[in-house]
Amino acid sequence: MIPYLLRILVKAVVTIFAIVSVTFIATRMSGNPIDTFLGDGLTAEGREELIRYFQLDRSLGEQYLAFLRGALSGEFGLSFVDRRPVTEVVAERLWPSAQLLLASVVFTILVSIPLGVLAAIYRKSWVGSAVMVIAFAGYAVPSFILAIVMILTFSYWLNWLPVVGNGTALHFIMPTIAMSGVLIAALTRFTRNAMLDVLGQDFIRTARAKGLGEARVVLRHGLGNAGVTVISVIGLQIAGLAAAGSVVVESIFSWPGIGQLLVNSAIGRDYPVLQFGVIAVAVAVVAINAVTDIAYALADPRIRLARS
Amino acid sequence: MASIADTAAPRRFRIGQTDLIQKIAIATALILFACALFAPLIAPYDPLAQSLLSRLRPPMGFDRYASGHYTGTDELGRDVLSRALYGLRLTLTLAFAGAVIGLAIGGTLGLIAGLRRGWVEDTIMSLVDMQIAIPFTLVALLILSLFGSSLTVLVLVLGIAGWEQYARIVRAEVRKLGALPFIEAARAAGAGPVYTARHHVLPNIVSPLVVQFTLAVSNIVILESTLSFLGLGVQPPQPSLGSMVGLGRDYMPTAPWIVLTPAALIVALTFSVQILGDWLRDRADVRLRDR
Repeated sequence: MIPYLLRILVKAVVTIFAIVSVTFIATRMSGNPIDTFLGDGLTAEGREELIRYFQLDRSLGEQYLAFLRGALSGEFGLSFVDRRPVTEVVAERLWPSAQLLLASVVFTILVSIPLGVLAAIYRKSWVGSAVMVIAFAGYAVPSFILAIVMILTFSYWLNWLPVVGNGTALHFIMPTIAMSGVLIAALTRFTRNAMLDVLGQDFIRTARAKGLGEARVVLRHGLGNAGVTVISVIGLQIAGLAAAGSVVVESIFSWPGIGQLLVNSAIGRDYPVLQFGVIAVAVAVVAINAVTDIAYALADPRIRLARS
Repeated sequence: MASIADTAAPRRFRIGQTDLIQKIAIATALILFACALFAPLIAPYDPLAQSLLSRLRPPMGFDRYASGHYTGTDELGRDVLSRALYGLRLTLTLAFAGAVIGLAIGGTLGLIAGLRRGWVEDTIMSLVDMQIAIPFTLVALLILSLFGSSLTVLVLVLGIAGWEQYARIVRAEVRKLGALPFIEAARAAGAGPVYTARHHVLPNIVSPLVVQFTLAVSNIVILESTLSFLGLGVQPPQPSLGSMVGLGRDYMPTAPWIVLTPAALIVALTFSVQILGDWLRDRADVRLRDR
């Protein structure tokens, strides 16, 4: 058990280290950041001063070490745009993103688990096929198209829902659905497969044989056991998908979260913010993955025995 | 991390058993490929030609329809259908190029990992795990912002996007094949690793790779459209389906056709290509069916 946990932790740390290194290398490979950003209207002395200030006159190796030291003590530099620490700029975007993420995950679970169970029970009838078509559509329709079509329908034509911002509960409806499309597709499919696996096993036949009602067999014995797999999928898949989805959805709906900040920084070339934002989100995803892995191993002894 | 992620790999199911759906989808995919290939011949107008006298005209069948502009014109009087056809051409070209690059990188690394074992394999598979763990859209944002959104950079980004899937498939197939007697026989007969790979392993892993390639095309279409929609992919005035949707957003209340035409093409493309991928999977090697 301990070696298994250690391996998960080492892997997470190595991945985070790799992300930090890659973002550093990518940023430096694209040229001198001062020239890229402040190309015109900068005097030669001013340029020299800035280069010294940001220590760009040192060797790449030294810069890299300095960057790592800064990263370890939580210093990632100042935003080019509003001259505040990037950590501060990103931190104030955290709560709106978290709200949208939470709403999407709750919505996804409420929709996907019943759908997945239905698809497993009625896998040979049209109900099962219909559910699978919905799940398939979730993959094939990109979230920005889902968002655009919803905006056209519910905001411009029917005038029911607001498009911009996160002021009221109504503001949550379209962004949440747009974020959830892919998540629902993924989770429904996994719930169905996990249920099919469990429902084919001997203890389910035993439960039926001893006269339990079908609802109890499916929900208590079936979903109860499939649940572990399903929860791990929520942790592993959803974190990455949601991070990618929030970038698109937040910028469409002008949601004041990290995703919108990243797109704006990418277009406006605010590299310090973009660099730290990517690192922060990637670290969050890796951390969620590691925690899920550990929880999964704790919940199911077969897994940790099989893997250590 | 690896083995839970294994079950979490994007693996599409078949939608229904209806052959009709598959036939329609395959026909749609072929028509779209043909439209992309012959866009210069079938597009009624030059996609960049502006006509300021007929701006924001609606599609056929509506008031103020400008004859010949079947799905209307945009804010500069450019023909939406022609732009969408050229956009489709560019989007599909990028998707194929990206899928080929991904195949080249992932296939090579997967082959090495499967044949060499040991620390080489461990390193490559750790890279695969990392690629899976990091949300790629964010990496794409960073790279495109740093290196500019030229088509070269974009193709490379799209190529890196899916390499890990090929690597996993090739490695798994190679390991499975490596245990089979005919590979052992080839080795015993004195075949080197390169010879074994080319003549005994590659012919046996073609079909799973074709399936993965098809699904990758669809995934890359989505990624490219999304990046172009955000303004970080294909740059104006060159039309891509995603950037048409992105730029047309401002005119949605009054001229929704600017957005809906390319959006419909994107959805038709991703749907039909994914179903095509499923169909190929069904037809591929029997061993694939239970994976």
